[in-house]
Amino acid sequence: MNLFEALRMAANGLLANRLRSALTMLGILIGVTAVILLVAVGNGASVQINNQVQSLGANVIYVYPSNARGSGGVSQGFGTAQTLTQADVDAINSHQQDPDVVAAIPIAQSGGQITYGNQNYFAPTTGTTTDFPLVRNYQVAAGSFFTADDVNARHRVVVIGQTVVDNLFGATDPIGQTIKINRQSFRVIGVFAQKGGSGLGSQDNVVVAPITTVWAYLTGSRGKVISQIVASASSASTVTQAETEITTILLQRHQISDATLADFQLQSQQDILNQATSIATALTLVLGAIAGISLVVGGIGIMNIMLVTVTERTREIGIRKAIGARRRDILMQFLIEAMVLSGLGGALGIALGALLAKEAPSIAATSSFPTPVVSPSSVVLAFCVSVAIGLFFGIYPANRAARLHPIEALRYE
Amino acid sequence: MITLEGVTKTYRMGRIEVPALQGIDLHVGQGDFIAIMGASGSGKSTLMNILGCLDVPSSGRYLLDGTDVAKLGDDDLAKIRNRKIGFVFQSFNLIPRTSALHNVEMPLIYAGEGGRTQRAREALGSVGLADRVHHQPTELSGGQQQRAAIARALVTNPAILLADEPTGNLDSASSVEIMRLLSNLNAEQGRTIVLITHEQDIARFAKRVVELRDGRIVRDERTAP
Repeated sequence: MNLFEALRMAANGLLANRLRSALTMLGILIGVTAVILLVAVGNGASVQINNQVQSLGANVIYVYPSNARGSGGVSQGFGTAQTLTQADVDAINSHQQDPDVVAAIPIAQSGGQITYGNQNYFAPTTGTTTDFPLVRNYQVAAGSFFTADDVNARHRVVVIGQTVVDNLFGATDPIGQTIKINRQSFRVIGVFAQKGGSGLGSQDNVVVAPITTVWAYLTGSRGKVISQIVASASSASTVTQAETEITTILLQRHQISDATLADFQLQSQQDILNQATSIATALTLVLGAIAGISLVVGGIGIMNIMLVTVTERTREIGIRKAIGARRRDILMQFLIEAMVLSGLGGALGIALGALLAKEAPSIAATSSFPTPVVSPSSVVLAFCVSVAIGLFFGIYPANRAARLHPIEALRYE
Repeated sequence: MITLEGVTKTYRMGRIEVPALQGIDLHVGQGDFIAIMGASGSGKSTLMNILGCLDVPSSGRYLLDGTDVAKLGDDDLAKIRNRKIGFVFQSFNLIPRTSALHNVEMPLIYAGEGGRTQRAREALGSVGLADRVHHQPTELSGGQQQRAAIARALVTNPAILLADEPTGNLDSASSVEIMRLLSNLNAEQGRTIVLITHEQDIARFAKRVVELRDGRIVRDERTAP
């Protein structure tokens, strides 16, 4: 008996009970749809995170103050330390020990209500120095960035991102306008070119001012706090060397001999990317596993129906055996029936899953929902798994059919 | 063609052993038309199952067309059933929701032989169903279904045709029609036919009558040359 005949027999068997076949197939269809869709969502989230982190710059290194340790080894809470100083930034920028660092900037953060006319908006205000566009990879689209003079003289000037422009100014040209941050007046001297990105915090929702100005007018009693230092390596491939160099400089300056007791910690964009990727991978796995459970349930449905089918068709099996079907022929017939059920259900599930993945952004209707990405590997895997499920859950019923004794099967009413 | 030597068959029902056949010696030659008769419980169904290679004897020898089939395994028995035996059952046993043509093709599919459709059409033609090839069993009368079953039995050109109460589910007109068909197959094509029945009227069509009682042959009589 060749494969074509076996397929034709299976098709006849399935078509004899259309509704039942369709419902059984539905179990696998739903399972495969869920797998395709959820894995696509996981992949989409992964791609989105990746793009965001890349848009921050792959060669950026962050230095955070870490737990300051006293001589008794008493650890204080994260973020309580104020161990980073302007002198640290200057030492890194002196480029005597760190050829792989392009520039470093101090960052002082301040939140605050921003108003312009009767519009108001909330955006974090970042105090920094003139290398900010270079290090953070920002372009100034209109006006200009502030100068060293502005920093030295604590001029109240700001450069703002496109999101802030949209929310405060609408169609008005913001350059030269005066906005108020925490009731202090600042003049807008530049607007950044749009960077895109969302979710983790838009790169365009920024207000940047000279760090001295932020210290003087916004951070108030907290004084000259540097919440982090941002440095850029000469390229993505020199990030690791640059990290080592910065660590050496800071350990020396802070007079710490044991690197494990450092009062600062470094994080590169690559580290964040790795973390984000591993989270996204775990997410995809969890989603896939949940969907996989429904696939197994679908498989049990197939087994159930195949057992019913074998019992119902006992007499037919007897006839087939009487006219010369071997065990193998009967086994093949029912196995192929189960595999056609699951394979067809799988194929339809893939089509439905891909369609839903394509339509998901418009259904969800929020821009922050990651666009699902259906990977070819998940399609191939889902199809193979669904056929394998048919095989696995079909073996027992098919074997039961194949082992029927012809006389008893013929006598069965 | 067929030789049975001291064939016995004993069924076990729990602890009780039920002897169904107690030493059958039988020879059926090529081109013979034999009727096996007997009341229910006489062992004729058991004999039929053994002759049809659906079951194996507990002891004794069964030579079919020169092959000792008493010791064969399941798959070899399936092959013998496919190639050497054509079954005709009381309840027709066509596969439901399948056209007459496809039903008749079925043994050829399992045999893996070519030219199936042509051969199946010819077999159906030879039993007078040339115009019913695409009908499903439910669309055929009882007599027509039995003729389709005979076509299926003949299509592999088997050594013997085993007919187990072939008229049991038919009215008398159809019964006569089917028996004439079997007689013609025997007379014109020289088919070896073993007929199982409990009706004298039906047994009259055969050339030799064997009667079973309690698992033994009690009469073996040639009624026609």
